[in-house]
Amino acid sequence: MTNAAKHPTNGGRELIAFRVGDQEFCVNIMSVREIRGWTPATPMPHAPSYVLGVINLRGAVLPIIDFATRLGMKPPEPTVRHVIIVAQVKSRVVGLLVDAVSDILTVSGSDIQPTPDVASDFERSFARGVLAIEGRMICLVELDSVFPIEEREAA
Amino acid sequence: MDMNEIKEIFFQECEEQLAELESGLLKLNDGDRDPETVNAVFRAVHSIKGGAGAFGLDDLVSFAHVFETTLDCVRSNRLEPNQDVLKVMLRSADVLADLTNAARDGGSVDQGRSRQLIKELEALANGELPQAAEPAPNAAPAAVAAAAPVTGEEGFQPVAFSFDDFEASEEPTIEPSTYEIVFKPKSELYAKGNDATLLLRDLSRLGEMSVHCDMDGLPPLDRMNPEAAYFSWKISLKTDKGEEAIRSVFEFAEWDCELDVALAEGAVGMDEELPMQPVPFDLSILEEEAGAPAGEEHRTAGEAEARDAAVSAAQSASNILQMAQSAARVSPENTRNSAPASAAQSAAAQQAASAATPTIRVDLDRVDRLINLVGELVINQAMLSQSVIENDASGTSSINMGLEELQQLTREIQDSVMAIRAQPVKPVFQRMSRIVREIADMTGKSVRLITEGENTEVDKTVIDKLAEPLTHMIRNAVDHGLETPEKRVAAGKNPEGTVRLTAKHRSGRIVIELADDGAGINREKVRQKAIDNDLIAADANLSDEEVDNLIFHAGFSTADKISDISGRGVGMDVVKRSIQALGGRINISSKPGQGSIFTMSLPLTLAVLDGMVVTVANQTLVVPLTAIVETLQPEASAIHSFGASQRLISIRDSFCPLVDVGRILNFRGAQADPVEGVALLVESEGGGQRALMVDAIQGQRQVVIKSLEANYTHVPGIAAATILGDGRVALILDVDAIVAASRGQSLKPEISLAATG
Repeated sequence: MTNAAKHPTNGGRELIAFRVGDQEFCVNIMSVREIRGWTPATPMPHAPSYVLGVINLRGAVLPIIDFATRLGMKPPEPTVRHVIIVAQVKSRVVGLLVDAVSDILTVSGSDIQPTPDVASDFERSFARGVLAIEGRMICLVELDSVFPIEEREAA
Repeated sequence: MDMNEIKEIFFQECEEQLAELESGLLKLNDGDRDPETVNAVFRAVHSIKGGAGAFGLDDLVSFAHVFETTLDCVRSNRLEPNQDVLKVMLRSADVLADLTNAARDGGSVDQGRSRQLIKELEALANGELPQAAEPAPNAAPAAVAAAAPVTGEEGFQPVAFSFDDFEASEEPTIEPSTYEIVFKPKSELYAKGNDATLLLRDLSRLGEMSVHCDMDGLPPLDRMNPEAAYFSWKISLKTDKGEEAIRSVFEFAEWDCELDVALAEGAVGMDEELPMQPVPFDLSILEEEAGAPAGEEHRTAGEAEARDAAVSAAQSASNILQMAQSAARVSPENTRNSAPASAAQSAAAQQAASAATPTIRVDLDRVDRLINLVGELVINQAMLSQSVIENDASGTSSINMGLEELQQLTREIQDSVMAIRAQPVKPVFQRMSRIVREIADMTGKSVRLITEGENTEVDKTVIDKLAEPLTHMIRNAVDHGLETPEKRVAAGKNPEGTVRLTAKHRSGRIVIELADDGAGINREKVRQKAIDNDLIAADANLSDEEVDNLIFHAGFSTADKISDISGRGVGMDVVKRSIQALGGRINISSKPGQGSIFTMSLPLTLAVLDGMVVTVANQTLVVPLTAIVETLQPEASAIHSFGASQRLISIRDSFCPLVDVGRILNFRGAQADPVEGVALLVESEGGGQRALMVDAIQGQRQVVIKSLEANYTHVPGIAAATILGDGRVALILDVDAIVAASRGQSLKPEISLAATG
């Protein structure tokens, strides 16, 4: 397996595709730590609606973000069939609640088309581009904007 | 290993040396006259200078050099280390620490102060003693750039100080004279990358030199150890630079070779330096004949024998002690030493024993990782026990036994890992002696700091956070607690005030006490001030203890004039808050005219916490036990509505606001019925009590603290998280923030949405 994640715009890259509602998205496989089943989260006071709460992942406390709510779509009712993608966003580890993981793709930089400008700024801030795979449209997600917490200086 | 890593190691060693230096000086200050103490102090400065030289840290080198020269005078009994001399030396140690820190972090130091001290040190080395001020106790020269004016400022009055046979050895102009030098390297010299050739070449630059290499020690080839040192050199050098210059060539090789520098027979020198005898490395015996004319080569046979006997005795002792570096001075005049030999020996043995426990340096990250793993192990073990109980209530005895053993083991592992991080409070306490010195200088008070229980151990994280509140309290004790010497004398006390800092373990916590023998808290003044600031009603009837504890309120200072010392815009309220942030408590007791005692009680670690596990709106929360004063089951008759939404609960005739935790955390919209739940009476930072309403208490438990900030963000009202036996996360309440929120300060979510289109 070649690791060409250093140059996000060229060379072969592996992406993990997942479904949320009737849409498909994908993220760079290098930022995915693991994929696990849904476990009930502890709700956080005063958290934005898309933060479902925190769970224990082998001793670390990590926040679970409902991807659908984050994108302004209809929130699902989490069930045991839902999946949590544990991903690394800068120095943090977060969990993304999605419906299912659908695919692992290997694409080259030229396969990624720019985000169509019909999208609003809000959608565009998440999307790094779109892919056309076997007639499906898959949106490449920018994880940093999914979990928009200021990186504070380590005190 | 790159240069930065090597430098980092040097600075770590510097810290150790500085601590060694300070504790040695303080020992001398207490009248210890053991030559070993002097040597340890000298060695500390010498090593810092050596390392600093290697890294080209010129400021540090030049200051250390002057310091070392003065210490050398003490070492050779030419300067009596009395209190006044030690004052200068202790302040020099402070400057050396500042210079080291500046070299490390690229900061700047108070140049004026270091120049002033260099002057004072040189004056001492030249035999000028600081004159003790007659009435005023602050004999310390006002070298401190104190903002607070020091009254009765005593200048520095050099006084001629004559030794019969003393001559300043500062840059002497010396007639060329011939020295006989015997230089015998040890294998350590080569192991450290030094080269005899280079040393000899440097030496040759001092004058005319003839060298003879002694190869008698060279064994046959088949028995030769390639790493051993077999050669020695006899050098005859004619130079006008003096013995100091010769010795400085060998400066960095000093401990790794045998070196004998002596004036050749009949040569006339003005140099007072005394020869160092060739000695085995593990005991550098600094032998000197005070008062013997320099260059006297023909010592009596008896003396030589005595010395040889002493050397061999020391050698065998060193074999027993296996000490790498212990310098004991053995000289025929040993009887003149104030410290009896036996005491010196037992001290050396003690030191050997403490030095004999081998230590390793471990990266803190590795230990932290271990602690995290153990934390998980504890949680896992709890989960396992819980599921066994749930799945099989009867439980076969062997499984139960196994689980119990696992629990035992887990706890032992946790304790052991915590013990790795545990460190004595000594370094923090030592730092305080400097604070005391500086504040005493600024305020013109005379203070003695006594520390006890320095070896009490506590987790490193606690130690790191301890320094700040402690510094503040020490400042407060010297500035506000102790009276001026005049007032003390008038009150029939010793003009020198005492501050006592003690640490001890008590019931699984560390208790730190800070006691001063000052005037105690002026309750009248505190009361008046509290009334002026509307903290209490003018006719409030407070107990003495309640009055004393008023000083922990914000913006409270009883000093008449704002001083630059304790003032700084922060008061004891900050101390109280930082102690509480550590999960600790602080109390004060004071006796007018006799002083005050501040008592802090802190947890031994920040990795676990004793908590009350409660239920609020079907959520499990943990309330730190330290915050809870009592728990009670409210009666309907004790609840009183107050205004639109406030409710008060009457507890023993006083009214205490009810705080609905579920509502403040947005866990529910409606108000909970207090009668259905439990009230936790908490003490908040404002000093007032509040009753936190929760639905039920599940029990008390020690919980492992997990950071929320690591992967999420700070959540207002929540201090941290923990993981319960069923593997779920529970939040730990930040009681102060909850109480503040109940006063109308909203808990603002700090999470911000990205730009929404």
